[in-house]
Amino acid sequence: MASSQRPGRGILVIPRPGRRSRDRSVLLLIPPMLWLGVAYLGALGALFITSLWGQNDFTGAIERIWTLDNFRDLFTIEVYRTITVRTITIAAVVTIVDAVLAFPIALYMAKVASPRLQRLLVIAVLMPLWASYLVKAYAWRSMLSEGGLISSIAAPFGLESPGYGLVATTITLAYLWLPFMILPIYAGLERLPDSLFEASSDLGARSAMTLRRVVLPMAFPAIVAGSIFTFSLTMGDYIAVRIVGGTSQLLGNVVYDNQGAANNLPFAAAVATIPVVVMLVYLAAARRTGALDNL
Amino acid sequence: MPNAISVRGLSKHFDDVRAVDDLDLDIADGEFFSMLGPSGSGKTTVLRLIAGFEKPTSGRIQLGQEDVTDRAPYARDVNTVFQDYAIFPHMSVRQNVEYGLRVKKVPRGERRERAEQALATVRLDGYGERKPHQLSGGQRQRVALARALVNRPKVLLLDEPLGALDLKLRREMQIELKEIQREVGITFVFVTHDQEEALTMSDRIAVFNEGRIEQLASPVELYEKPASTFVAGFVGTSNLIEGEVARAILGEAGRFVIRPEKVQLVGPSEAPSADARVCVAPGVVREVVYLGSTTHSVVELDAGTTVTVAHHNFDRSIDAALERRDQRVVVTWRRDHLVSLGGSDPDPVASPEEETA
Repeated sequence: MASSQRPGRGILVIPRPGRRSRDRSVLLLIPPMLWLGVAYLGALGALFITSLWGQNDFTGAIERIWTLDNFRDLFTIEVYRTITVRTITIAAVVTIVDAVLAFPIALYMAKVASPRLQRLLVIAVLMPLWASYLVKAYAWRSMLSEGGLISSIAAPFGLESPGYGLVATTITLAYLWLPFMILPIYAGLERLPDSLFEASSDLGARSAMTLRRVVLPMAFPAIVAGSIFTFSLTMGDYIAVRIVGGTSQLLGNVVYDNQGAANNLPFAAAVATIPVVVMLVYLAAARRTGALDNL
Repeated sequence: MPNAISVRGLSKHFDDVRAVDDLDLDIADGEFFSMLGPSGSGKTTVLRLIAGFEKPTSGRIQLGQEDVTDRAPYARDVNTVFQDYAIFPHMSVRQNVEYGLRVKKVPRGERRERAEQALATVRLDGYGERKPHQLSGGQRQRVALARALVNRPKVLLLDEPLGALDLKLRREMQIELKEIQREVGITFVFVTHDQEEALTMSDRIAVFNEGRIEQLASPVELYEKPASTFVAGFVGTSNLIEGEVARAILGEAGRFVIRPEKVQLVGPSEAPSADARVCVAPGVVREVVYLGSTTHSVVELDAGTTVTVAHHNFDRSIDAALERRDQRVVVTWRRDHLVSLGGSDPDPVASPEEETA
């Protein structure tokens, strides 16, 4: 009798899920798993399969014959290589610009601002996300235009607006994705106890040294977490570059044009696998920094 | 002896809360000095003011001969052991310990050697390559200590460093800390709310209450001659006898304190008669609390107060004590064991010199 009464059991009894209730919880999981499996992974699989099909040159109809022609074209035709390198470069530059801009803002929000100001700043950072993407992109278009806001501000200094092109695209994308970089870094820094900063100072380090040896290394996973957003969002973007990019093209445009104007779905699918592969490599690298725990 | 720390007229106000209120304090070189008090009494704020993490509202702080009031923490020759240890989680134990030397650009070889030495001092030899998350709470506490000691500061500030440890480990660390302090000869300023901890380790103790020092004395003096009701109540258990009760039992007015272990419990028939040397008071045992090495009996005196009587359990006398519950008894104590807290005037900041003279 004594052995059947374990101490403490009488006070708080947490029911162990029995076999039947476990079965029921599996049932609950089915709809979201279906959504993830079919709508998301299934679509990715379909994309990859489509990229291995061909197209009839005369009718434009899809020919369901296995072929690597699409990928061969991607690697051998100069322009696609250029566009791939350009897209990755812009994604990298946007990420770096965002990290450089976001870090001081996030640091100020997390460690300097009063709790009240902190809340206001979080709202301020989130606010641009409430406005439509197109409105913001066109706002940049008008600011960057000839005689627009930027050129009239820059004129007295003997400078001029960068005009439409890759620089404008980078600026616009960096602006658009900035909140996605600030928020993870802010969350990461906010978790660090103040005593770490005090300990560093106590041990003789000035602010710059504390920043370099304590804050940056500890914020690095959060920065990588933010970069996953800025990098992947840039890799897939095709609208901003059409609005402010002049005649420049990114991978997204190639996909868009091939399934729209050219109606070559298999080739569009092949192009679309490039960002997926780049992101898989990027995520694998990010995983090693522990950044995925920061999402 | 020269002073390691001199504080004059130090105040720190947070909005309208006076965390530290016009404090004067001298801490001697090589001393193990404790600041004891309940939470919110200002002891940690004083520590943070000395370290430089807070700017005083007014007053000056001197380290040795230097006025450091306006200096940043990194420009003060003190190091801190934080309550949460504040160990850098992305660095190994060795990198943590070397941090202070590294930012001061001490050459690599010397850095290594001193870090090894510091780790040996806290008995963590061979743990240099571990990461902080692989260590237990007690080991992390030692890393924090080594990281501070390696810089050979004039003063080491410890902010409730044992608070997060379990009782057994805490007792061990208390003795070890005291040993380490004697070994390295650095002034330790130790903040704690645990009176037993303060009594165990300190050369001198300052008891804080509401931003002021209630009493500054050696552990023995503090326990035997508390200067105020607050100190008597906070350091150890005390029986307070005052007003009408004092007049009835002691024959004089005033406020007095008697420690539970100095009170004896006897049966009504064995009671001695009260005279100039012995105080006697009858009452009823209301509660008997068995504490292992001692037993506390709470006696409600006829004169109108309760006193706690401590009894050492040399034998199985607990059985006899338990039987006394609700029985009539007589408590007695020697008159010279009474500590007078002065008149009934509640003046908490009585000067300790007057009391001990």
